[in-house]
Amino acid sequence: MTETATVTRLSISGMSCAGCVSTVENALKSVPGVTEAMVNLVERSATVTGSADAQALIAAVRAASYDAAVLRGIDDESEKEAAEMAHYRRLIRKFIVATVVGAPLMLAEYLGWLPHVDAPEALGFWLVVTAVSLFVLVYAAGHMFIGAWKSFRAHNANMDTLIALGTGTAWVYSALVVMWPALVPAAARHAYFEAAAIIIALINLGQALEMRARGKTSEAIKRLIGLQPKTARVIRDGKEMDIPIAEVGLDETLRVRPGEKIPVDGVIIDGHSSVDESMLTGEPMPVEKGAGAEVTGGTLNTSGTFLFQAKHIGADTALARIIELVRRAQSSKPAIGRLADRISSVFVPAVLVIAVLTFLAWFNLGPEPRLSYMLVATMTVLIIACPCALGLATPISIMVGVGKAAEYGILIRNGEALQQAGKLTTVVLDKTGTVTAGHPTVTALVAVNGFDETRLLQHAASLETGSEHPLAQAIVAAARGRSIGLLPLAGFEALSGRGVRGTVGSKPVFFGNARLMEEQGIALGELPARAAELSRQAQTPMYFAVDGKAAGIVAVADPIKPDSKAAIARMHALRLKVVMITGDNRATAQAVAAQVGIDEVLAEVLPGDKAAKVAELQARGEIVGMVGDGINDAPALAQADVGLAIGTGTDVAIESADVALMRGSLHGVPDAIAISKATVRNIKQNLFGAFIYNVLGIPVAAGALYPFIGLLLNPIIAGGAMAMSSVTVVSNANRLRFFRAVEAKA
Amino acid sequence: MSSWLINLAGVAVIGLIVWWFGLSRPKAQRAAGAGPLEVLVDNGVYTPASIEVAAGKPVTLRFLRKDPSPCAEKVLFDELGVSADLPLDKPVTVTVTPAKPGEYEFTCQMRMYRGRLVAR
Repeated sequence: MTETATVTRLSISGMSCAGCVSTVENALKSVPGVTEAMVNLVERSATVTGSADAQALIAAVRAASYDAAVLRGIDDESEKEAAEMAHYRRLIRKFIVATVVGAPLMLAEYLGWLPHVDAPEALGFWLVVTAVSLFVLVYAAGHMFIGAWKSFRAHNANMDTLIALGTGTAWVYSALVVMWPALVPAAARHAYFEAAAIIIALINLGQALEMRARGKTSEAIKRLIGLQPKTARVIRDGKEMDIPIAEVGLDETLRVRPGEKIPVDGVIIDGHSSVDESMLTGEPMPVEKGAGAEVTGGTLNTSGTFLFQAKHIGADTALARIIELVRRAQSSKPAIGRLADRISSVFVPAVLVIAVLTFLAWFNLGPEPRLSYMLVATMTVLIIACPCALGLATPISIMVGVGKAAEYGILIRNGEALQQAGKLTTVVLDKTGTVTAGHPTVTALVAVNGFDETRLLQHAASLETGSEHPLAQAIVAAARGRSIGLLPLAGFEALSGRGVRGTVGSKPVFFGNARLMEEQGIALGELPARAAELSRQAQTPMYFAVDGKAAGIVAVADPIKPDSKAAIARMHALRLKVVMITGDNRATAQAVAAQVGIDEVLAEVLPGDKAAKVAELQARGEIVGMVGDGINDAPALAQADVGLAIGTGTDVAIESADVALMRGSLHGVPDAIAISKATVRNIKQNLFGAFIYNVLGIPVAAGALYPFIGLLLNPIIAGGAMAMSSVTVVSNANRLRFFRAVEAKA
Repeated sequence: MSSWLINLAGVAVIGLIVWWFGLSRPKAQRAAGAGPLEVLVDNGVYTPASIEVAAGKPVTLRFLRKDPSPCAEKVLFDELGVSADLPLDKPVTVTVTPAKPGEYEFTCQMRMYRGRLVAR
């Protein structure tokens, strides 16, 4: 047991004096495991030595009322790739060496050029072959033998166990025949050095090819990591300089020029530009940004130049969090893989038992030369069995599927969510901000009883200054847009599910639905007929009453997103029932639903009741995906089988749902479902292939067909099949990389 | 007679396989208090492969991967919902909290590398 001292560099914000330095230093030194902490006021950084966790250090700084973040960039994959390349080359070298020894032997054996193994005059030749093949075993398969032995000591068995036993048995038996032929019946005197060498060559080649194919499965992560620029242009003491991205501190001012990537997350303090965020969100249109707007590291500044202040660095940036989320999801497993996991756990010991049974079956029932048959069949069983294909089947497809989803701006939390998303029968869409743009505007004013439109809007807007509801903001914005001065407001009160009340000027006012007016005994006259007409046009009418008398209707409408209808059509093509849920009145909701092709409308649902409505659908046997904004709809998202948070840009609550759609478009929903279905289909193909391969391969290798058609598999063929089985699984998973969401329309 | 002996030996070997890989357990190494426990990832095994920890308390393991095979590149604690990427030759700290007494497996993605936390 050892403790490793590491050096952690932190960016500290909020320090202004030497006193702050000692406060932060003391806070850091109080963390268990810290041996040294040095704070630099000029650089606003701290260097901490010890075994303490970075999160504990940040927590200590925050407890001292400052802020901190680890100074580092996102780890790039270059080191990993270099290590993988070195390993690949090593495997290829081993393949070549084993082939150079095994192939000529196999060819000579096939052509009948080899002297008989027990011929006294050929002893020297066979001793050389024995030594050379031992060298192959040590050089090209030594790691497998060591792995097998260490696993054995840990009461574990893996692929190394099978290969080491299979090839080791072949070599030991052959060496025995060469050195002490008398121990073996004359008919069974045969050497299998070439089989051992060629099997080892094939296994190394298979591992190398698998490694190549695996590299492609993590392309999505590499692409995300590649979004981070290597340097940033920082302004320190009035001077601009390019520094490595890992050196950018909190609150530093950075300049971004046209065509450059934004290095970290922050807020624009000067300048204006259009930013392409498509690489993160999948949203194709660039976004206009000016002072006060948030920018995200990894996105592309297209036209203007601006200065911004760094607010999130290192592991705290949206890009780093997305990468972390994708990595975590790629490591998780859905329920579909559990059976394979259970089988994998007992697979190798089970194959060992089958190998012993094969040995005994040939011993008891086999023809002469029995010993040869026993040996070949047992060796072939050990070699052909492939636990790797089974173990790889699920995780490798999840790797590619989750990565593919990320390319579409879809973040899938884990394998379970991925599997569930493919099984959905019903999708519930929240209306505001999901089907519609979420930016309502005033569309109609109906004034009665001596009011005119201007006074009606003036009173309504004055009252709504007390509310933060999007509809209220739309009304206030409409009044401001017409340059209408607002009146003083007193006694504002929100009346749940009905509307609002207050005193505007000196008069009591009520604003809300028909139920509110009825409760207050306010006669509406012909207004309900106008309201019904407005509702049919997908507008939301609200009654306004002043001093006990109806003053008119203010109607607002939230424009439907341009692609909602097409996205819903794609959901129908995926055989999904599409339900819309809203607090809005029924007539308005139905008008919106009719325009976009919704199947069922749940209207006038209070925010707190949305989760209950989702539960009702589940009780009817539906597997429900709930699509909402991730903040107001959190309980309904949690209740649903799959909660999909939809947002605009990286500010979507990516940690709040099973699936986060960074693009504001509803197309993200059918895209996510289509990717899930494709991934689950791919997993099933892999599992089926791996099961069938082993279920058929092992009995054939044991000689199950021998009594019927005289077929006994050559162990070299078994080695080739085994090596290719994992490559096939990885290659099949790689097909998911070519998935195109538009195909889901069919 | 000799054929009986060979059959008997075969059955005995099967019994040994079942016992060694299925029924018996390697001796667990106890994770002592303060610092993280080093777990070496090499040659197809985690060393130590069996670690005794206190139930209900967080335990920090520092994985050091020496095996270049891609099989070793992730470690998963399935039941605890924790996973980590293990870059070659770079220690990675993983903190898990086994809530109840029992055995919690940690494995590579293909379940060929296998270790256990024994929570008491």
